[in-house]
Formats: sequence, C-alpha cells, structure tokens
Amino acid sequence: MANSVAVSKGAAIGRKKKEGQFSLVMKRLMKNKLAMAGLCITLLLFLLALLSPWIMPYAYDELNMIDRFATPSLKHLCGADEMGRDIFSRLLYGARWSLALGFLATIISTVIGMIIGSIVGYFGGTVDTVIMRLIDILQAIPGILLAIAISACLGSGFMNTIIALSIGGIPMTVRLLRGSIMGVRKMEYLEAAQTINCSIPRLIVKHILPNSISPIIVSVTMGIGNTILMAASLSYIGLGVQPPTPEWGAMLSAGRTYMRDYPHMVLFPGIAIALVVLSLNMLGDGLRDAMDPKLKK
Amino acid sequence: MGKSEVPFIEVKNLKVHYTSEGRKIHAVNQVSFSLQKGETLGLVGETGAGKTTIAKSILRILPEPPARIEDGEIFLEGTDLLKLAEDEMRKIRGRKIAMIFQDPMTALNPVMRVGKQIAEGIALHEKVSAREAEEKAKKMLEMVGIPGSRYRDYPHQFSGGMKQRVVIAMALSCSPDLLLADEPTTALDVTIQAQVLDIIKNLQKEFKTSMIMITHDLGIVAEVCDNVAVIYAGQVVEYGSREEIFDNPLHPYTIGLFGSLPDINSDVERLSPIMGMPPDPANLPGGCAFSPRCPYADETCKNTDVKLDAIDGTHSCRCLHWRRTAQMKAETS
Amino acid sequence: MSEVLMEVKHLKKYFETPKGMLHAVDDVTFSIGKGKTMGVVGESGCGKSTLGRTLIHLYESTDGQILFQGEDITHVTKHKMHQLREQMQIIFQDPFASLNPRMTVEETIREPLELSGKFKKGQLQEEADRIMEMVGIDERLRYAYPHELDGGRRQRVGIGRALSLNPAFVVCDEPVSALDVSIQAQVLNLLQDLQEKSGVTYMFVTHDLSVVKHISDHICVMYLGQLVETTTSKELFANPLHPYTRALLSAIPSVDIHRKKERIILQGEIVSPIEPKPGCRFAARCPHATDACRQPQQLREIEKDHFVSCCRAEEVWE
Repeated sequence: MANSVAVSKGAAIGRKKKEGQFSLVMKRLMKNKLAMAGLCITLLLFLLALLSPWIMPYAYDELNMIDRFATPSLKHLCGADEMGRDIFSRLLYGARWSLALGFLATIISTVIGMIIGSIVGYFGGTVDTVIMRLIDILQAIPGILLAIAISACLGSGFMNTIIALSIGGIPMTVRLLRGSIMGVRKMEYLEAAQTINCSIPRLIVKHILPNSISPIIVSVTMGIGNTILMAASLSYIGLGVQPPTPEWGAMLSAGRTYMRDYPHMVLFPGIAIALVVLSLNMLGDGLRDAMDPKLKK
Repeated sequence: MGKSEVPFIEVKNLKVHYTSEGRKIHAVNQVSFSLQKGETLGLVGETGAGKTTIAKSILRILPEPPARIEDGEIFLEGTDLLKLAEDEMRKIRGRKIAMIFQDPMTALNPVMRVGKQIAEGIALHEKVSAREAEEKAKKMLEMVGIPGSRYRDYPHQFSGGMKQRVVIAMALSCSPDLLLADEPTTALDVTIQAQVLDIIKNLQKEFKTSMIMITHDLGIVAEVCDNVAVIYAGQVVEYGSREEIFDNPLHPYTIGLFGSLPDINSDVERLSPIMGMPPDPANLPGGCAFSPRCPYADETCKNTDVKLDAIDGTHSCRCLHWRRTAQMKAETS
Repeated sequence: MSEVLMEVKHLKKYFETPKGMLHAVDDVTFSIGKGKTMGVVGESGCGKSTLGRTLIHLYESTDGQILFQGEDITHVTKHKMHQLREQMQIIFQDPFASLNPRMTVEETIREPLELSGKFKKGQLQEEADRIMEMVGIDERLRYAYPHELDGGRRQRVGIGRALSLNPAFVVCDEPVSALDVSIQAQVLNLLQDLQEKSGVTYMFVTHDLSVVKHISDHICVMYLGQLVETTTSKELFANPLHPYTRALLSAIPSVDIHRKKERIILQGEIVSPIEPKPGCRFAARCPHATDACRQPQQLREIEKDHFVSCCRAEEVWE
C-alpha cells in the first residue's frame, strides 16, 4: 500500500540520511533573515572579543592625558575617556568581560534551573509543592535587588558577579521547564516508552527533555541580553566588575559623571550593550519559530 | 438539480484556494450544487476534501488571506452572496444562514452565561427588548431539551452533548432559512449523537429550514439527508438523491467509501479499503483527481479533465467509466 | 472458549479526585481466549481505556485479580514487570500524541528492540527493517519525523513499535478513531493480517460499534465503569439483552437506508462515576428501571456464554 501512491508531504521523502534535530533547526533558522543577522552580529562580537588584544589600536589601560575627553576622530574612533584611554579599544576588550558575564551567568542558572525543573516537572506531588514554594520566595524578590544583595554580601569581582546574576535567573528556568514538561507529561508517547521498559533517566533525557527544551533555549538567548544589562546595572552602581577592568556597564557608570559635556563616553558603551541585546533577541525569536517540530521544512 | 423552480440556494462553479508558504492549495475546485427550501443536502468526504471551506464560503467567513474565493457565485434566493457588501452580509449571517460548528467546546464563550449568548444573537437580529430576547432564549433552550432555569449557567457547567445543544439553540434562535451543520455530532457519544440528530431533524421540520450537513459519516447522511454530494479533492465527484447514492453508487470513490465501512447489518471478513492516500491539495494529479487511487483508472483518466456527467434523475457522476461500472453492477446482481 | 490467555476477576480501578473517589473500573470480570480479539465498547468515561491500561500495568489496579497465561500478575516485582511488558503492549488512539516528535520513524521502531537487549548491534537494523516492512512503511520514510507523515502512516509506526517484540497481548485503544474512513479500513485490515500471522491476542477498545463488530470475536459492553453485557460478537448484535446495549445498537446510524429500525433515544446524559450509588448505573436513564435496579447487580449467564448484568433482562425482553 505504501508504495502505491506518492506521499503527500514531500519533506521526508527520499531523505537518505538521518537528519538530526540540530541540522533541521539550523535549516529552518537559515531562512529567517532577521535571526541570521542576529546570529552573525553575535558571532562577530565574540570574534572581536577574542581577537581584541591583537586588533585593539591601543592597550585598554593605556593612559594618555593629552587626549582626555577627546571626541571621536580617526585617532580615537569612539573618543577617549577622562584618563585619555581609547574607548574603542576598551569596548573591544570589555566585550570579553561583558559577554563572558552574560553567557556564563545565564548558562549556570539554566543548568541548575533545568535540573531542578526536570525533577519537579517529572515527579510532581510533594516534591513539586515544596520546591516551587521556595522558588516563589526567590522570585518574590526583584531580580536586580537580589543581585545587589548577593554581590553586596559576596563582595564585587568577576566570579561573585556571575554567582549573583545566576541565582536570580534560576526561578524563571525552573518555571518554564516545569510548565513545559507538564504539557509533555500527558503525551501518550511517554506511556508508550513506559511499556517498552524505558528507565526513568532515559525517559527524561530521550523523550521528555527534547520535547520540552525549546522554550528554555529561546529564553536563554533572550536571557543573555538581560543578564548583560543587569551586569551593567550592577557595575553602574559600583558593584560587579571593578575598574579598571573595562566592563561595558562599568564604562557606562564611569562616564555618567561627564555625560553632559562628553556624551560619547556613555553613547558608545550604550550602543554596544543595545547591539548585543537586540541581536540576541532577534536570534531568540527566530529560534522559537525554528524549533517547533510541527513546522514543515 | 434541473428543477424548474428557482432553487433556494445555488452554488455555481465555486473555486477557493489558500496560499501557504508560497504554495497554492486548491481547496475547492469548481463546486456546484443547489438546494430547495426545507431540503437537506449532505456533503460527504474525508479530511481536507474541502467540505468546511465550502460552508465557510457560503457564510463568507473564510479568513482572507490566506484563503481567496477565486471564482464562482453563491445565490441565496436569487442574490449573489459573494457580491454583497460586508454590512449587508452581516444581516444575512445568523438571521438567514446559521452555522453549527464541530467542536461545541470552542463555539461557546466560556466567560458568558449560555442564555445570554443566545439572547445576544436574538437581540442583534430582531428588534426586540432585552426581556423579550431573554424569554425567547429560554424558549429555545427548552426546545433543545435544556430547562430554561439553566439560562444563567456557564458553558463549563454543561456536558459536551448539552453544549452542542446550546450551540444548536443559538444557531436556530433567529429561525434561519439555511443551517450549515459542520460535523455537528462528531465530538459526541453515540447515544448523545442520536439525541442531537433527533433534535436537529425535528426542529428542521418545524421551522422548514434547509440544511447543509457536512460529515464524514455515511450513516448520518443516510439518516438525515435528502440529497448527497460526495466531495473528493475539492470537487463534487458524485451527486444524487439519497436513494440514488446509497442504492446505486457509481463513482469508484463512493464505492470505495462504502467498501471501507464496516457495517453493522452485514458480515464481511475483510474490508475493501481504498488504496493510497488522499492527494496533496497543493499538487493535484492531472485528469481525474481520484485516478491514482482508482482500481479502474486507465491512461485516459489521467489525461482528461473529467466533467460531472448526468446519469438520470438528479444523479450525476464525475467519472469517464460510469457506464462500465453500471454494467458491471448489473451483471453481478 | 479455547485456551485462555488473560483472565480478569473482579478488577477495580479507582482514582482519587477532589470531588471524591472516581470508580473508573468497577468489579469487572471476563476472560480473553488466546489469539482472539476481545472488543470493549462504551461511551466516553465508561472506563474502557482505563481497563486496558490497568491490564498492562500502566495503572496499578485497586482491587481484583489479573491472570495472564495462568499466572497471577496483579502484583509483581519490577523485574517481573519488565519481562511482562515485552509480552503486553498497547496501540494508542492519537497517532500524533503517541509518537515522540523528535524521533525518526526508525528510531521509534528500534527503541523497544534496543531496550530488550535481545539483539546484537548488527541485527537491530535488520530487525527494524523487517518490522517496517511488516506494517507497510516504505523504506524511504525511515528518517522521516512523525509530523511529516499522515495519520495512517503514523498509526502504522505505532503498531510497529507495539508489535516489534512479538507480544502475546496487545491493547488497541481506539486505534482507528482518529483516521479517515478509507485509511481506517487499511489499518483494520493490517491489524487482522498481523493477528493471523503471529497469533497475537487483541483487546480492542473503541466507541465505534461497527468497527468492534467487524474485528472482535467477543465483546464487552461497559457503562460508567461497570461491565453490563459480554458475549460473542455475533450473539451480541443478534440478541442484545441489556437495555443499554439495545439503546446503543439502535443509536448507530446505518448506511442501510431501507431498513426501518426502531430507535431507542435515551434521555439524559452520562454522568461521571464519582462516588456512585450502589446498583445499576444505567438505571437513571433506563426506560425499564424499577426499584430492584437500585440493588447491586450480578453478572449472570442468561444464555450459554452470554453474560448480562441486569436483573430484569428476562422480564423486559420476554
């Protein structure tokens, strides 16, 4: 019977090799111009951050009192700050810290959140009630306040900032994954997996997570932008990464005193932050569409 | 068809397509049929055959885009509905034509009292006071077997069968001339289905409503319809009175449908299903759309644009070889 | 009945709900012959799906006994359960929800083979190919994902997964109700062919009486968790004894337009069996109910191999 008529849905026919989920998602993502632009900008920023020591026109901490407050020119593309340091170089080098902060903090909070979320979502019942109430408490405190409190306790510095930022992100991931898993829990293919003697870890890893993870991946991409903003806010009020480390938020913070007379000092770090957040959001939007398995092609 | 009087509703050469991801999906291709006052026409076909699209075109509630009515005319008592302005059409919807949807759960507003939902329609179409509308809504509820005292209940307080009855009461509240019933009992249990069909039949008799019954269930067609149009790939492949279709089906698809159906009154060891799958409406086969699945198809079927051929009475069939089929049947019986 | 494969005695499955105890399956007794098909019919909420799932231990039974190949399997160890699962399988109703959308056709069919540990690496592929051919899935669809298939093919994958380890007993939970008529017939034929070849026993759960008549040897009719009538398929349709069965049979729309039949239209609705009163649960809608019906009913053998749980069965149909 199966060979009598051409199948109506063309996509799968004649697929010679198994096509993994990743390549399917990438294929769909490629068609979305906005998302691809987001991905390209993000990758480019990473590359710049990595290569910064070699492409920076000046060292990030090179003082040059003659060029104090220099406005943008060919000599200083983005101008110079109150100590005559080249803002363009500092931005390039600072990308290392800002991006690392954003990505690491988000990834840590996501991993912890996913572990808790899977347990809560799969087992439900009392485990669910107890953990979710704790999460509620955590979520009741505004994110920035929590980050301020934690970094005030732990003191400033790169690692401490990451810890402060990641704790605030956990509840969100737990909630997302829990809701998503609860939707999947009702599916009959899980019952089917049970009848073929699938162990619980395999059930979670092979059947539940792949079908509930897409909102997480989307929230991660969007979350990175938020975390960078939050890190910037922390630096802005003097917590977080400390000068002379050229973190973008810290640069913004340092520039605020001179904002009136030398707007370029806050303008360029601001643009850099906005650019990352924007491109990650575009990528996240595209990913959300691309990861829906029901989409054809 | 072919009656002397002007039919109550007449659909002529209706052609509708959807655009999806750059592909043109031919949902309805040159469908024509007509219906007299008080009669019931059954549209039978499988998922994706275009039945619902036809009904939605009549009511002009197709989402445009992605759908587009490419061609055709729909006459209701002589006026072409497709040429009416939207505000004129609004007066027709609900008042002259009403529709019952398949899923009663989504057809009712969950945060509005059921009685109010019925009364709203009445107040909208008939110039009556709120009190009168409420009275009438209660009467409608009782007519479908729900006590009027439940006027103030919310949809979630009703069971599936009762919700569908509320939907029917809503559709009939303005005594429409034409009722479009889109799989009204598919979501219901058999005994509840019997109740609902019974109510529809009785009310139809009482109000002399014409009805287009859309269904995939030939049993329901046998029970409520006067005429039947079998739809395949957006085309009417066979049309006729109930007796003509059920006693003497001539299109291979119709014959296949009957063969696929386990019947309660006869014993067959094995069913004889139709081979293959319904065609992709974005990529319809040339010639007769059924030819790739048809056991009797030959080369001409694949190349010729087959027309609906009149047989006798109201019976017509879109098949090149219906004479051969008829002869074969005569020989075997 | 020939050799008995599955025997169920006074099986009960209750669920706790906020409104009270839901009696989904209440005191059900029947047996299924080896290689036969037992149809279970009833309307939504009658507990037919719960019954099927309880038999294969997807749900733990509340009370009663399940005998499988003569062995009591009501309460078993985890290890024993693993062995049993290879013998007992299920085919689901919704071909969308029953396949993991992130797994290809081949992965889905291979998974039970891999988990069974019975096959070496090289054999796995061969075996998966054999199963795909058996259920009529074209080789080209090996790497297709479920959403790329139509309902009929998806259902074939589900059937392939269930039958991959040659089980003795398969619960078919409404396997064709989500499919179009012409596809439905293809799948029914496939199920029959597979039974002929492997001698598997089916429990066929459905609300569609014409389908159940077509495929079953024996039929159980359920109403609100209770078994109201059970007998051979032929006998049930020729001579239904329980008032509910009669109403149910008369309610099916038939394509035979010349047969005038008497239709029994039931009043009222099906309620949910939460904390039900003792006695016949159909009594509230039954046109023949008397006070005697409020007493607990016994399943009685009225004619040979024809069991009915209605105290007035003889009186009413005399």
